[in-house]
Amino acid sequence: MTVLNGLSALFLIAGAGFCLAGTVGVLRFPDVYCRLHALTKVDNLGLGLVVVGLALEAGSWATALKLFLVWFFVLISSAFTCQLIARAALRRGVGAWGGTREP
Amino acid sequence: MMDALLDGGLALSLPFLAWLVLHTEALSQAVVLFVAMGLMSALAWARLEAPDIALVEAAVGTGLTGALLMHTLSWTEESQAETRTRSTRWLGDALAATVLTAVLGWAVLALPLHSQGLGPMVKARLEESGVDHPVTAVLLNFRGYDTLLEIAVLLVAALGARAVNPRTERPSLETADDPLTGELFRMTTPSVLLLAGYLVWVGAHGPGGAFQAGAILAGGGVVAILTTRVGTPRMSSWQVRWALLTGPLLFVGVAVAPLFSGGQLLEFPPRLAGTLIFIVELALTVSITLVLLMFFPAVRPPKVEHEGTP
Repeated sequence: MTVLNGLSALFLIAGAGFCLAGTVGVLRFPDVYCRLHALTKVDNLGLGLVVVGLALEAGSWATALKLFLVWFFVLISSAFTCQLIARAALRRGVGAWGGTREP
Repeated sequence: MMDALLDGGLALSLPFLAWLVLHTEALSQAVVLFVAMGLMSALAWARLEAPDIALVEAAVGTGLTGALLMHTLSWTEESQAETRTRSTRWLGDALAATVLTAVLGWAVLALPLHSQGLGPMVKARLEESGVDHPVTAVLLNFRGYDTLLEIAVLLVAALGARAVNPRTERPSLETADDPLTGELFRMTTPSVLLLAGYLVWVGAHGPGGAFQAGAILAGGGVVAILTTRVGTPRMSSWQVRWALLTGPLLFVGVAVAPLFSGGQLLEFPPRLAGTLIFIVELALTVSITLVLLMFFPAVRPPKVEHEGTP
């Protein structure tokens, strides 16, 4: 096991941790907007870390570049879908969480 | 070990997701679960070392079908609760599942124990096909008639889709003042075109080809229909009709041409095979894109007045 392997494993585990945290956020957060926040921000970071971890193991620049392209497109699409879902919720009159814990 | 975990997870999650799709009361949830199931099955195909099928499953089975279902959802009212009692439904399900399992199990047991399939035969003759990728070689050369007939079936399907939803007026854009969706179209279009072109080109020596490229282009077209003032292609326009026919006509032409020089139907001369396959794939991409776009209705159909409803 080289240094590169270890570094890659660190990134992968960190990425998996962020993805898990994002999923817990989606399940536990009180309203649509908070959940979107957890889903898009944390998952994008988690995916980015996983991509870095995989790119270290990829072995060729072309593969690493393709992996980063995947991340780039996910970033774009999640930014747009987050906005669209939030706006659709606003238009339907879904209120934002007021700050007190729901019963 | 890791592979076994991954495969086991896929094998368990697929039937579970399928069951969830069927048993979710809310239609919107069912659609989201269906998309999740499609992604899982694309992963399963990738694990089975069938990247071509994984690509098609992700693009057509999940992407386009998901978009179609979502669009349909926007004019569907949530369904009423089931009138049949739970117990009878459960009984029917169990019976159907048992019969299906028995039939599938019988089919698996009836397979020959030691068989290499057609793989070695394809590999042995791959050089004569004009391409390096076995799937493309089979689809467009060794079993070209399958693909030819598939295209004919797709054309019929497009006709059917238009017959069901013939309205092609341009949509009234609710989001005309919305900079976001138009920007999405502008940002994704170049990469969609690039990706589709790459997929057609790469079909000669790797996973890719006309179906994958057509599905990607149709996906870009769906974004265009949803975010710009472009409507669904009209069947009444001559350009659309000719574009639909490009692939099939060219394919039939290439298939019939050898007959005049004493060859067999669909027998490509080995020297020209690579070029011919590429041209046919390009033409097929045009037709497949349009066929898939034809399925996507631009506007919601007029409200149907049910008899007896107030």
